Amino acid sequence: MPFALTPERETAFQELQSRYPTKMALCLPLLHLCQEQNGWISEDVMLFVSQRLELSPAHVKGVVTFYTLYNQKPVGKHQVWVCRTLPCALRGAYDVIEHCEKKLGIKCGETTKDGQITLRTAECLASCGTAPMIQVDKEYFENLTPEKLDEILAKLAKG
Amino acid sequence: MLKRTDYLTKVYGVPNGWTLAAYEQHSTGYRVAKKVLTSMTQEQCVAEAKKANIRGRGGAGFPMGVKWSFMRPHPTKPAYLVVNADEGEPGTHKDRTLMELNPHACIEGCIIGCFGIGAHTAYIYVRDELHLSKARLNAAIAEAKAKGYLGKNPFGTNYAVDVVVHSGAGAYICGEETSMLNSLEGKRGEPRMKPPFPAQAGAFGCPTTVNNLETIAACPTAFDIGCEEFSKLSALHHMNDGGVRLYGVNGHVKKPGVVELACGPTLNELIYDIGGGVLGDRGVMCVITGGSSTPVLRPSETVNAPDEKSPMHAWHGKSVFDVPLGVDTMRGCGTMLGTCCVTVMAEGTDPVMAFENLMYFYHHESCGQCTPCREGSAWLDRTVSKIFHGDGAIADVDQLHDIDNGIMGNTICAFGEGTAMPALAFIHKFRKELEAYARGEKKRKDARLTVDDVWNKGASR
Repeated sequence: MPFALTPERETAFQELQSRYPTKMALCLPLLHLCQEQNGWISEDVMLFVSQRLELSPAHVKGVVTFYTLYNQKPVGKHQVWVCRTLPCALRGAYDVIEHCEKKLGIKCGETTKDGQITLRTAECLASCGTAPMIQVDKEYFENLTPEKLDEILAKLAKG
Repeated sequence: MLKRTDYLTKVYGVPNGWTLAAYEQHSTGYRVAKKVLTSMTQEQCVAEAKKANIRGRGGAGFPMGVKWSFMRPHPTKPAYLVVNADEGEPGTHKDRTLMELNPHACIEGCIIGCFGIGAHTAYIYVRDELHLSKARLNAAIAEAKAKGYLGKNPFGTNYAVDVVVHSGAGAYICGEETSMLNSLEGKRGEPRMKPPFPAQAGAFGCPTTVNNLETIAACPTAFDIGCEEFSKLSALHHMNDGGVRLYGVNGHVKKPGVVELACGPTLNELIYDIGGGVLGDRGVMCVITGGSSTPVLRPSETVNAPDEKSPMHAWHGKSVFDVPLGVDTMRGCGTMLGTCCVTVMAEGTDPVMAFENLMYFYHHESCGQCTPCREGSAWLDRTVSKIFHGDGAIADVDQLHDIDNGIMGNTICAFGEGTAMPALAFIHKFRKELEAYARGEKKRKDARLTVDDVWNKGASR
């Protein structure tokens, strides 16, 4: 079935249009809206975006493949990003990664079998003063300790 | 000299300090934007802005007022202000605090900035991961609109100003100004050739000024106390490096965080007075002065400026850790000021492991447009990794120099230099350690980036 936005997101998209002088500028915001709804950017989504914005499918694909936050394949219900870059690594990011991998039984880049959690590494998330940290979906968890991390992962595994 | 100020950070400690009510009570509360829009001409605004000596807070240190003065009205095209809040330089964590805790200063700054450059729309480009920042900025915009500070007739004038928050999608390179413009236009975030510069043809082909978020957020304060007075707060006013700014300390210090200081504290002051000293009271192995693209400094390095005419002569013979942090002073020390967020590495940290961590970052984030950067960053990463994992030879250490040489000066944007310069500093300053790995005297399994078991002991609270 071809992709379409839900009515609420369609309204949000209409509101966005007045903010930019060109249709092309809506490419990133529209892809964000689509991913919010679909979880990832499928071929259908790209086709939808290209038609709505009168762009070539190749342009849209070029954009999708450039930016790391557009998922090019399905991901888990929750996404856990561990910041691995130097300032976090100086305060234990590698331990955080190891801890997560052990607890979840998956490697970075993989999704748990029940489809709940996708674990990934992230490059500097601008939280160096509160390292180590992880991002879960849209939320930051900073100044992590092993206990705090266990709590977060346990909560995620539940739902 | 350490001088704490709280122009931008006063509302940080106030409950709901990000609301308009708090901003009106504790800060400039849009009084300054009103004053500028109702009592100044655009020329006066730019002339005043120049006196503030605000050096771009994003890392390059270009004077804000001078940048504004490059804008010329176009007969048919509108002008744009694009605010860079794509904070992603490893070790940089200042802009996020502004957006989350003082978003109204950013919006008031946008109004002043728009007026100064003759624009009616400001786009704040925020990296996608910063959801709370975007929410706070959008809430601030809504509050300001409701009060009539934004829109068609701000403060009853005819100078329309609109501010739009635009979300990135996860690409470090989009912090580069022309790449950001491409991304804003809905394209792949690949940097553009310059010229034309953004002031001639920027966003949507129109005259554009790109300023860092902190630069813009400093405007209300500067115009409130008078731009010259603002500049004089700095210990480096005489070097045209004015005002107050946010300083970050992270890595192996006891109290990491962000503080507001008059420009010109030294590295030692940041590490010991602000950061509370090094974890486990260790010595400092090295610091990265302002984001990972700035070359590392070691405490044993001294300033070499024997001639009295040199602006660096005042610190001749002193440790670079005792030189006031400024755009020009750090250049004089062989590094860059960058974003003013200092990453501290204690003695006992493995420098080769740190080097490997950073080269992975640059390999991951190169946009791939220019061959020297795309291939060079990957090659650097592979070679350092090879050495670190015990498969390298001395010839590999020397080859790092060659790879570096092949990148520098051969790319469209500064990402190439941003990779090659810190790499070169690591190669020069930690050659002994690299060689030890190449000879098999040091092993990957013994290397640590953390000290004093900071993760398990919970030193991070």
